[in-house]
Amino acid sequence: MLAGTTVANAFFEDSTRTRLSFEIAARALGAEVVTLTTAGSSASKGESLKDTLQTLEAMGADVIVLRHSDSGVAETIVNNGWVASHVINAGDGTHEHPTQALLDAYTIRTRLNGTDSRGQDLNNARVVIVGDVLHSRVARSNIWFLRTLGATVSVAAPQSLQPTALLADAGITAYSTLDDALDTGPNVVMSLRVQRERMSGGFFPTEAEYAHFWGMSEARLSRLSSDSIVMHPGPMNRGVEIASSVADSAQSVVTEQVTNGVAARMAVLAHLTGVRQ
Amino acid sequence: MTRILIRGARILGGDPADLLVVDGVIRPMESSPATADRVIDANGLVALPGLVDLHTHLREPGGEVSETVLTGSQAAAAGGFTAVHAMANTNPVADSAAIVNRVFDLGLAAGYVTVRPVGAVTRNIEGEQLADIGAMASSRARVTVFSDDGKCVSNSLLMRRALEYVATFGGVIAQHAQDPELTVGSQMNDGVVSSELGLRGWPSVAEEAIIARDVLLAESVGARLHICHVSTVGAVDVLRWAKRRGIAVTAEVTPHHLLLTDDLARGYSPLFKVNPPLRTAEDVNAVREGIADGTIDIVATDHAPHSATAKDCTWSDAAFGMVGLESALPVMTHALVESGLMTWADIARIASTEPARIGGLSEYATPLAIGSAANITLIDPSAQAEWSSERLSGKSSNTPFVGIELPGRIVSTIHRGIETVIDGNVVPHEELLRP
Repeated sequence: MLAGTTVANAFFEDSTRTRLSFEIAARALGAEVVTLTTAGSSASKGESLKDTLQTLEAMGADVIVLRHSDSGVAETIVNNGWVASHVINAGDGTHEHPTQALLDAYTIRTRLNGTDSRGQDLNNARVVIVGDVLHSRVARSNIWFLRTLGATVSVAAPQSLQPTALLADAGITAYSTLDDALDTGPNVVMSLRVQRERMSGGFFPTEAEYAHFWGMSEARLSRLSSDSIVMHPGPMNRGVEIASSVADSAQSVVTEQVTNGVAARMAVLAHLTGVRQ
Repeated sequence: MTRILIRGARILGGDPADLLVVDGVIRPMESSPATADRVIDANGLVALPGLVDLHTHLREPGGEVSETVLTGSQAAAAGGFTAVHAMANTNPVADSAAIVNRVFDLGLAAGYVTVRPVGAVTRNIEGEQLADIGAMASSRARVTVFSDDGKCVSNSLLMRRALEYVATFGGVIAQHAQDPELTVGSQMNDGVVSSELGLRGWPSVAEEAIIARDVLLAESVGARLHICHVSTVGAVDVLRWAKRRGIAVTAEVTPHHLLLTDDLARGYSPLFKVNPPLRTAEDVNAVREGIADGTIDIVATDHAPHSATAKDCTWSDAAFGMVGLESALPVMTHALVESGLMTWADIARIASTEPARIGGLSEYATPLAIGSAANITLIDPSAQAEWSSERLSGKSSNTPFVGIELPGRIVSTIHRGIETVIDGNVVPHEELLRP
C-alpha cells in the first residue's frame, strides 16, 4: 500500500517500543523506513531541529514520525511550515502521545464489546488513570480521546502529580488514592509509569509509599469485576505501579496494547498518505 | 539659537495650545513666533512629556546580534521615549564602573535618548557577592538603579545587605521577583493552558512570595525597593498592602501584561514566551486596576530583543522576551486611555514623570512646563492600525502584537530640543548628528 513511500522515524528521545512499533507498521504497509536517533546524529552536534528535519525532507522523507522531549514540537513544525512532509506526533514532551490513545481506545473497545466492537463508541467505559498524570503525555491524549468517544474518565494520584487546573477545567474527578477510585466501580484501570526522577523531585517520598497508595496490587485487582481490564503503556516498573501478578493476569491487556499499537500506527500511516481501505 | 514651534497640540490631552522650544528648553510663547526654525503642525495630536523607560534591554555589550545601544535608542525614539534605563544583564554584565561608563558613552554617541545604565546588584548577576555598587554610583554614568533583572536576588540575607548597601548611595534595587526553586524549567503561566499544552507551569506564588519577602525586608532596613514587571493578582494585593503600611516600594507593569493572556501560548508560538509569563484575564484586570489606583506606579517596557534564531525553534528552546519600546504607547492608549481607566495626564505620570523620579532623572519633574527641558512626544491617538513588525525600528522583530489593532501613532519625538522622530520616522543617525 505504501510502496515507494519513505517513512523517517526521527526519535530525539529514547524510545524502543514506539519506534519499533512505527517501523513494523510502516514495513507492513510496504514503506521504506529510515531511522534517526539522537545518539550520533547531527542533533548532538548542535544542528537545529528545523535544519535536521529539512534535511530529512530533502532526502525524500514523505512522512516524519517524530518523538521529541519538547511539548508542542509537532505543532510548531506544522504551524511554521518547516517541512511539507507529513508529521506524526510519536510523543512530544509532557504534552501528547496520540497514537497511544488510539491503540488504548481500540484495546478498550475490543475488550469491552468483544466481537460486536466495530462501530461502537466508549459510552460503557469507566476509566481510571492512575499515577503521574501531571507529566504524562499518555494520560493527556487518553483524557481527550477517550472522553471524545464517550468514556467516563477519572484520575487517581497524589495532588503533587495532578494537573489540578486542567482537571477542574475539564470537569474530571480526581481521587486521592486508588482505593477511593476503585470504590466507584471502574471497568478500566490504566496505570502510568512512575518516573524515578519524580521521587528526587519531591513529588512523592518513596516507591514503597507509592505502591501502597497507587499501586495496582492483587488485592485491588480482586475489587474489580471479572470483565474489567488493567492497562499500562509500558515499560512497566513491576512492583511499583503494577504488581507482577497483576501484569501477568488474565485481566491485564498490556501485550494486547502492544499488538494493537502496530495496527493503530498502520491506520495512521495509511490515512495520512491517502490510502483507503 | 534653535527654535521649534509646535502648533495646536493638546498638551497632556487638554485644549489645543502652542509650545515653543528654544535651545532645548520649553519657553513662554512670544507674540511673533514666526521666526521659528521649525514649525510642527500638531493639530489633533496629544503632547506628552518624553517617555522614560525604567526597564530596557539594549543588549550591548555582548548581544549585538539582537540589539545595540544605537538601534535600541532608535527603537526608543520611535516609541516616543527620550530616556531609557539599560538593564545590566549584558555580556559582560554591567557590574563595574567600566561597563556602565561604556554603555553611558554609547548612549551619548547614539544621541537619540538619554541612556541611563542600570548596575547589577551582584557580581555577574550570580547572586553571591555584591557588585561594585559604590563605584557605579559615583561613576560618570551616575547609576541609581541596581538590578539583577533576568535573575532574582533570591538569597534573603544577600537581598537584605544589598538593600542596605544601595541605600548608602541613595539608589534603589529593582527586583526581578521570581523564586528560582519554584520556577525550575518553567515555561509559561501555571494554569489550565499550561497543563493542556504540557508546558511546565510558572506559578504566581513564585512572584508573589518574593515580593512579600522583599517589601518586609525593605521596611525592616528602611530602604527603597522597586518591583519589576508585576504580573499577578496576588502581587498587586501584596503591593497594595505594603503601600498602605507605608513601605517605600514602587512597582512597574509591562504593556504586554496589560493586554495579553496565557491562552496565546496555544499554537506554541515563541513570540508569546516571556518572563514573567503572560497570565490570565483576571491577572490582566488586576494589573490594570493596580496601575489605575496607584498600587503600581509606572509602565515599563521590559523591551527584550532576540534574534530570529532565538525564536524560530520549539517553545522550550526559545528565549524569553518581547520587544516593546515601539508598541508601548499604543498599548497604553488602548488598554488604559480608551478603556477609560486613565487620562493623558495619567499616562504622562506613569510613563514619564514617575519612572524618571524612581530612576533619579530630575529634568522630568514638571512635564511640559515652561522652563523645563524639551523632552516632548506627540502622538496621534486617532490613528488606528494593525500592528506589524514593519513598525519596529530596532534590530529584532520579536513583537507579540502582530495582527492586533492598536491605536496611536507617534508622530514626533523631541529629546532635549533635538527632533529624533519627524512625521513618524526616526531621523537617520547621520542627520541627527549634523550640527
